[in-house]
Amino acid sequence: MSHTTHDGRTIADGEATGAVLRSTEPISFYGAVDIESGEFIEEGHQLEGENVSDRVLVFPRGKGSTVGSYVLYGLAQRGNAPAAIVNAETETIVATGAILGEIPCVDGIDVTDLEDGDRVNVDADEGTVTVLED
Amino acid sequence: MAMHLTADEEALLDSDNPAVRKAMELLVRLGDIYGADEMVEIASAQASGISYKSIGDPGMEFLEGFAEEGAEVRVQTFANPAGMDIDRWEEMGVSPEFAKKQRRILQALREMGVTLSFTCTPYLAGNLPRRNQHIAWAESSAVSFANSVIGARTNREGGPSALAAAITGRTPKYGLHLPENRTATHRIHVDPSLDTQADFAALGSWTGSIVEDEVPYFTGVEDATTDDLKALGAAMAATGAVALYFVEDITTDETPPIDAETLAFESGDLESEYADLTDTEDTDLVVFGCPHSSVEEIERIADRLEGESIQGDMWVCTSRSNKTWSDRQGYTDTIEAAGGTVLSDTCNVVAPIEEMGYESTATDSAKAATYLPGFGNQRVKFDDKLSLLEEVTE
Repeated sequence: MSHTTHDGRTIADGEATGAVLRSTEPISFYGAVDIESGEFIEEGHQLEGENVSDRVLVFPRGKGSTVGSYVLYGLAQRGNAPAAIVNAETETIVATGAILGEIPCVDGIDVTDLEDGDRVNVDADEGTVTVLED
Repeated sequence: MAMHLTADEEALLDSDNPAVRKAMELLVRLGDIYGADEMVEIASAQASGISYKSIGDPGMEFLEGFAEEGAEVRVQTFANPAGMDIDRWEEMGVSPEFAKKQRRILQALREMGVTLSFTCTPYLAGNLPRRNQHIAWAESSAVSFANSVIGARTNREGGPSALAAAITGRTPKYGLHLPENRTATHRIHVDPSLDTQADFAALGSWTGSIVEDEVPYFTGVEDATTDDLKALGAAMAATGAVALYFVEDITTDETPPIDAETLAFESGDLESEYADLTDTEDTDLVVFGCPHSSVEEIERIADRLEGESIQGDMWVCTSRSNKTWSDRQGYTDTIEAAGGTVLSDTCNVVAPIEEMGYESTATDSAKAATYLPGFGNQRVKFDDKLSLLEEVTE
């Protein structure tokens, strides 16, 4: 078992372990994720039909409406939030949602370094993402 | 943590009040992300994300939760437009379910001490900053007006970050709070004379899509009213993300940019902008007031509609305070006698108009013309006020 650690930047504190759900496309949470179920509902998006709950959601960056912050917060309130978020670059909409929803979040990571299904530990306090099993 | 915090700010971060703690934590993180060294105290705030249509259940629950945790604003904080006229929602055709949720948002804002202004023109309704004052405003057109016309300093805040600033009285010092970032990047020479407010809106629409989030400096503009500047800035913030602009001899004494790229806005550009913003000739709703109408604009509409009768529906959207003056002057009665409606608290962009059966809208706002197709599922006609009024009274 190899343990590869990637160093990034702390966006929102906390620590979590989970399986990677990766999108190589940017995400606008508004209109894309159902807060009651955590299901990704945006038609035609790479993650359509997946569920973000308790996954380590890996995507390059956010896009779109500032209401996305509120969707992330809503997911957290319903217990459907991702376990952690890992970005190449976290912009203000996702950062705000992660901080308010208390979802550990790290950026400065090349999202292609992580594979769908990888079990990873995100230590946002340290700004690290460690792949536990390849 | 890279930011320097004062003892007072450290105390906010360790506050017993969970809402204050959360607000401060959000601001510190945003400051770190954008490279701020410290916080600045703000004179006022303006919160966006107020319409239930825009924020839905997650936003409503966030605001309710925040209020319950003890969030309270420390500076004058105005609220952006709601999804309905708070008093006349039934007449508008808003559903009771929507109204109930909009009122829950209103109650949460009231508990936090936010002024229930429900307007995108706080500067026309009792929240007027002064030059060089730091503020945290979130409505894109108001941000543009505050930075450019008034000379106050604000970044384009999101709904939650503006509210966090209101609760702590602070915002991270980066971006447009720093003088070095407040210089023009493009010089735009305006060739045609701009005769109407819609001409200014069209210029803004053209400019925003070219300069994106940078800072234009306009030359060749002979004169502009406050309403013209309001329309110009709103359009640039909609087609681009312009938060600051200059108009030579009109907005401020900013020195013209020396190394900036120079562009020309020609008569043909003005004409084609009108065509680009229009995709239908037949409309079932005419709307004025994006951003919210001033009393002067309402007066002009009333003067034109005196003794006339309107075909179809027409809304004039404004702030509650401007509506009060319009009522007193008799403008509201004149407009409503002709068949129009003067609405407060809301506008055609944040109201659920697609659920009310409207499919196509005529407007003199380039901002509304930009947002309505996607946000309200509308086909749009863009033209000047008087031309549109001419058509509906024929």
